[in-house]
Amino acid sequence: MTEIRDVAVHHETVVPQAQQDITDGGPDMVQFVDGEGTRLERTAANTPYAEIVEALTPEDGRSMYRDLVLVRRLDAEGHALQRQGELGLWPSLLGQEAAQVGAGRAMRAQDFAFPGYREHGVAWCRGIEPEQLLALFRGVDNGGWSPSELNYHLYTIVIGNQMLHATGYAMGMQRDGVVGTGDEDRDAAVMAFTGDGGTAQGDFNESLVFAGVANAPLVIFVQNNQWAISEPNYKQFRVPPYQRAQGFGFPGIRVDGNDVLAVYAVTKAALDNARAGQGPTLIEAFTYRLGAHTTSDDPTKYRSAAEVDIWREKDPIKRMRGFLSQKGYADDAFYESVDREADELAVRVRTACQNMPEPSQERMFDEIYVDPHPVVEREKAQFMEYQAGFETQEAR
Amino acid sequence: MAAQKMTLAKGINAGLRAAMEADPKVLLMGEDVGKLGGVFRITEGLQKDFGEDRVVDTPLAESGIVGTAIGLAMRGYRPVVEIQFDGFIYPAFDQIVSQLAKMHARSRGALRLPIVIRVPFGGGIGAVEHHSESNEAYFAHTAGLRVVACSDPADAYWMIQQAISSDDPVMFYEPKRRYHERAEVDLDPQAGSILGLHDARVVHEGTQVTLLAYGPTVKTCLQAADAAAQEGISLQVVDLRSLSPLDTETIDRVVQGTGRAIVVHEASTFLGMGSEIAAHIQQECFHHLEAPVLRVGGYNIPYPPSRFEEEFLPGLDRILDAVDRSLAY
Ligand SMILES: Cc1ncc(C[n+]2csc(CCOP(=O)(O)OP(=O)(O)O)c2C)c(N)n1
Ligand SMILES: [Mg+2]
Repeated sequence: MTEIRDVAVHHETVVPQAQQDITDGGPDMVQFVDGEGTRLERTAANTPYAEIVEALTPEDGRSMYRDLVLVRRLDAEGHALQRQGELGLWPSLLGQEAAQVGAGRAMRAQDFAFPGYREHGVAWCRGIEPEQLLALFRGVDNGGWSPSELNYHLYTIVIGNQMLHATGYAMGMQRDGVVGTGDEDRDAAVMAFTGDGGTAQGDFNESLVFAGVANAPLVIFVQNNQWAISEPNYKQFRVPPYQRAQGFGFPGIRVDGNDVLAVYAVTKAALDNARAGQGPTLIEAFTYRLGAHTTSDDPTKYRSAAEVDIWREKDPIKRMRGFLSQKGYADDAFYESVDREADELAVRVRTACQNMPEPSQERMFDEIYVDPHPVVEREKAQFMEYQAGFETQEAR
Repeated sequence: MAAQKMTLAKGINAGLRAAMEADPKVLLMGEDVGKLGGVFRITEGLQKDFGEDRVVDTPLAESGIVGTAIGLAMRGYRPVVEIQFDGFIYPAFDQIVSQLAKMHARSRGALRLPIVIRVPFGGGIGAVEHHSESNEAYFAHTAGLRVVACSDPADAYWMIQQAISSDDPVMFYEPKRRYHERAEVDLDPQAGSILGLHDARVVHEGTQVTLLAYGPTVKTCLQAADAAAQEGISLQVVDLRSLSPLDTETIDRVVQGTGRAIVVHEASTFLGMGSEIAAHIQQECFHHLEAPVLRVGGYNIPYPPSRFEEEFLPGLDRILDAVDRSLAY
């Protein structure tokens, strides 16, 4: 019995996650601008990335801001379309724009990304058409685009599965000789996206094992938005995700996920390392899901309005706008032009959604197998004959 | 190329080697498949000849193995995954069912996952728990997968190559208690005896009752046919070879010939392959049937400790008993 008590005493020395402030990322967190957009001094955490941020031009800053605003509008439109019955479901990225745009913009064309289901901002940066994102949520398709066209995999809904696909894909790049050759236009890496809840999955942890062992060119990007539906961080892990990486043999970095400059810089550094053959990095973007988990969720049942208010103050768009204004990189005319562009985007997304053609019903039998398959072919033929029966009846 | 006598294990090994020589994108992945050549030595000597990048000793995590194989396939590789024992495939069940089987469809044909998952299956080797299972029906039930089982060295050699060249994912079941059985294998690709991957084969002609089997029970059925012949009963034996899709043309033809069918497999009968085959036969051969379709298989209990397996597995006596019951109608 004594032994057991000893263990219990030892455990009490670890600070339970529940007692940690979920609105504060702590001193390890890489940050470049504060809540108002004021550029911060160098700190131990941000110094390694300062050069990357300093190399950004005012035009880069404006372009990032534009992405943030457009992505938020696209997301708002998705939400509205669901409420109007045009989509079955919409998982909103509200609050996570900087994490996704920062990460997406750090990628090169030859890199490949494996998203979860909320990564509309990364999709935007990869060049996926916004209307392509809607097909899945409207129920006309389980995908919506060809992954190899823009090196962006389909959304993966089974939490964690994609982490292993990303790892395997990165192992393939190693075998293809596109890692560590020193050729900037050729060397490539993979990004794998998941959430804080996703870090509890076996597949997530197995991907860290495989990537570590293979020294694969992989950047694991965890958007810690503090919630996995209704479960807070302390129900998912005892140690924050970025600290877990060390145990798998590669660096883990926590970055302010609402600071687009910081996310961009940290991700760019990690991707550069991966492409150069220096192996994986785990990035934890410390952020917040301002909206509901999806349009089916009711967050008032499990979190306080006060908590949401604190995070609203850290709004990533407000911060970037503050930064641009303080530096004199953008003026009201610029902000207005971006807002107009956002309005146009919203109309375009809405129209595309409403005009999406209804799929022909027999299409459900297509492309189940590559090679001919007798069962699918027989059932398709039977189905079409059955359908045709109704048509001839109607014709009478 | 001349015919060679080899074991079923060697047949798979030689087939893997041929596939790797023919296509540099073919990779082998699994636990202990490198230096050791796998716990059954199926991949023996291949890492030495093809290197560690093509014969990959993976970490001990089945979901990880199949999940990374999917990523490699997306990158243009053709991974052949070894699951060490049947009972250890379940950690990978999610990746197989949710991702491997569905990816081609969910990408509307944009992605192909030409992955083979090799599963040594079945009992009869006196093994401890989890080393003797027959879980093929789970995967045959899953649309998007192809499921096959070899039963002799020649099929082992040719079917593994056909499975690897398929652009669809293939579950490749290997009857582990038959690994050391020897037979002639014709290595000539023009040999007339090579069937398609999804064709069934009549392995013993007979007129009174048809035994339908696959994997390890094919041999048991052949023995049953010999024993029955001594009593003047003529049994036909069909090696189904493919479980998904089933070669229903051959099944219909042979059953319509004898009017009596018995499905024999090691898996538990409840919702096993025999259930689907019996349902199919009653639907398509109803007017030809002289007796109900019978099933002889594992009892509907977890695979028992090995001291019980002789009674648990469908052996000669249980098959012949079913033959008597069929003929009694
Ligand atoms: C394997 C699996 N289990 C459960 C679910 C249902 N589910 C969908 S999202 C989600 C929470 C995910 O949380 P997190 O990883 O933090 O990502 P977030 O939704 O916050 O972006 C759950 C439980 C699922 N999709 N997959
Ligand atoms: Mg979350």
